[in-house]
Amino acid sequence: MSISSPDRNWWDTPVHKEERLWIILALTWSILLTLAMPWWHVTGEQNTSQAYSKMTAVEFDKATDRFIDKYKVGEEQGTPVVAPPADSDIYLRARQFSWDPILKLKANSSYKLHLSSGDVNHGFSVFPININFEVVPGWDNLLVVTPTKAGEYTIICNEFCGIGHHTMIGKIYVES
Amino acid sequence: MNADTLAFRTCPTTGLKVHRPAEVLIQINAVTAIVFLLVGGIMGLFMALTRWQTVHLLNEEWFYRLLTLHGIAMLVAWIIFFEMAILYFASAILLNSRLAAPWAGWVQYVLMLVGGAIVTVEVLMGRADVMFTSYVPLAASHWYYLGIILFAVGAIVGCVVFFATLMVAKHEKTYEGSVPLVTFGAAAAAIIAIITLAHGAITFVPTWLWALGLIPMMDAEVYRLLFWGFGHSSQQINVCAMVSVWYLLGTLTTGSKPINEKVSRSAFALYILFICIASEHHLLVDPGLSAAHKTWNTGYFMHLAVLASMIHAYSVPAAVEVALRKKGYTKGLFEWLKKAPWGDPAFSSLALSLVGFGFLGGISGVVYGTEQLNIISHNTLRIPGHFHATVVAGTTLAFMGVTYYVLPLIFRREVAFKGIAKWQPYVYGLSLYAFCTAMMFAGGFGVSRRQWDMTGVDAPFQVNFGPVVDLTMAVVGISGVLCVVGGAMYVLVAVGTLLVGKKINA
Ligand SMILES: [Cu+2]
Repeated sequence: MSISSPDRNWWDTPVHKEERLWIILALTWSILLTLAMPWWHVTGEQNTSQAYSKMTAVEFDKATDRFIDKYKVGEEQGTPVVAPPADSDIYLRARQFSWDPILKLKANSSYKLHLSSGDVNHGFSVFPININFEVVPGWDNLLVVTPTKAGEYTIICNEFCGIGHHTMIGKIYVES
Repeated sequence: MNADTLAFRTCPTTGLKVHRPAEVLIQINAVTAIVFLLVGGIMGLFMALTRWQTVHLLNEEWFYRLLTLHGIAMLVAWIIFFEMAILYFASAILLNSRLAAPWAGWVQYVLMLVGGAIVTVEVLMGRADVMFTSYVPLAASHWYYLGIILFAVGAIVGCVVFFATLMVAKHEKTYEGSVPLVTFGAAAAAIIAIITLAHGAITFVPTWLWALGLIPMMDAEVYRLLFWGFGHSSQQINVCAMVSVWYLLGTLTTGSKPINEKVSRSAFALYILFICIASEHHLLVDPGLSAAHKTWNTGYFMHLAVLASMIHAYSVPAAVEVALRKKGYTKGLFEWLKKAPWGDPAFSSLALSLVGFGFLGGISGVVYGTEQLNIISHNTLRIPGHFHATVVAGTTLAFMGVTYYVLPLIFRREVAFKGIAKWQPYVYGLSLYAFCTAMMFAGGFGVSRRQWDMTGVDAPFQVNFGPVVDLTMAVVGISGVLCVVGGAMYVLVAVGTLLVGKKINA
């Protein structure tokens, strides 16, 4: 019984063959799962970026402001709309409770997207394609992105960042 | 009469010697756990009725406030108070021993109660709208962090009393040979608890000092890493305690005997060695750690802990099958399953906990913890869908099941409202299956967790998830309400038994 002391020779009791078979199957499955992650990382096309770096909020603010000044094409709801060229470094600033600027990107072009926060943690979640990354103050989470389909995308903050969290919604336009 | 006979009674059902001071501590910890379950359950009702977009009951401020309390009352207070009761039961009672230092047990209880009370008050007063994770630089009052620290110190004291009792029992030769499997599993849980609480200390002590204005804030990403060393590992205490309770329930409900002690104990050892390491699956889409590091941490080691769970998932039902076949249910492959004691709420809890934890919780956890798949799961409703399957359908349901035996054995009262008790695990377990599945489904569309409103009300841009997601969120709401009904049935039976249950005389 599991509530009383086992027989003295419990360590020497042989494992039943069905149980041994189950353990072998489970171990094999565990090893396959273990190999799957690096395998997908090497062969897959949707990976996390490893190009993060430390960056203070002040530095990130300056870089974002420079970026907006350089490529601003308009304004929407009080937020600047920015149309950067392909292959450029682009910046998206998360703050309680806004994403700025609004990005206007070209389909099938690559961009280096810098994500950081000026205050607390935020979550970068792109609707409707459901892509999610964590945005952390003091860190530049750099992603290489290639939008493949033209359309309008919404950025939802999905890391709780204060009582107005649900209003933190931004925009990305992708043009063909 | 000497002091020894006064301090002990003999259990008429099991023949075990019951140390009275240990018994009192088990009772008081279990009752306090149930009080916090009631508080957390009421919060859960508000959560379900708010995320159900058509009802949308609370305003945003109270939603986030009560969500913070829901997490702490359930994930921390209910489960850890109950685990303290399990530790005292698995050491003093199962080993026929005295509890090493009952006064230290009271220190554990008072520290946890005071810590829990401080946290509850701070959250309700609106001084800690930070969620269970309290990621810095989002700040709570310094009292909030102090409350968490006191609670954690209390839990450490409880673990120390447990290990001291194991030593007393060995020294005073109250048992022969090795400790029972349930005690072994509880010891594994207590070791993981100490690793966990050490992480808790290095997370919360500096954060508390920061909140007091004494030291600068730690890096936000370092906090996330340290926090999950605590937050993730604390869920592994629950897994380990739950599996011990599975073995206990198997024995109590069917008289089962572990089919191989060596295999089951080795699997517990795998938990101790590998389960705490996988905590970086919370950081898979964070900056700060390389993909190789994260893959190694969440992949390789986690799967040896998964192996341990898969071993238990075989040996627990296999032991039950062997026990039932010995009772003569040998026709065909499944007569034992048909004739199993499905009307015994402890048995149905065991079965529903095993399936819910393994299939819904375990599989979703391994899937969402994969680097690439985490990109489409992180911070969506998939995550609470996953952990309500592990911690609620798994751990909470198992603890509810064992309560139906704790009431007669430790509180010495016959379970009251037997009809309600019989159906309780089904109402709770099956509505949880629906609740978790619906959340995971909605999360697949990108619906965010911890969000008061998903439509973009008050925001510069609106979001329209469409009718399928709206319907799914209605299922989340309705099944969430049903879970609360199932939880209320449990509280009713437990409290009812304590108040009006027939006394069992020795
Ligand atoms: Cu935010």
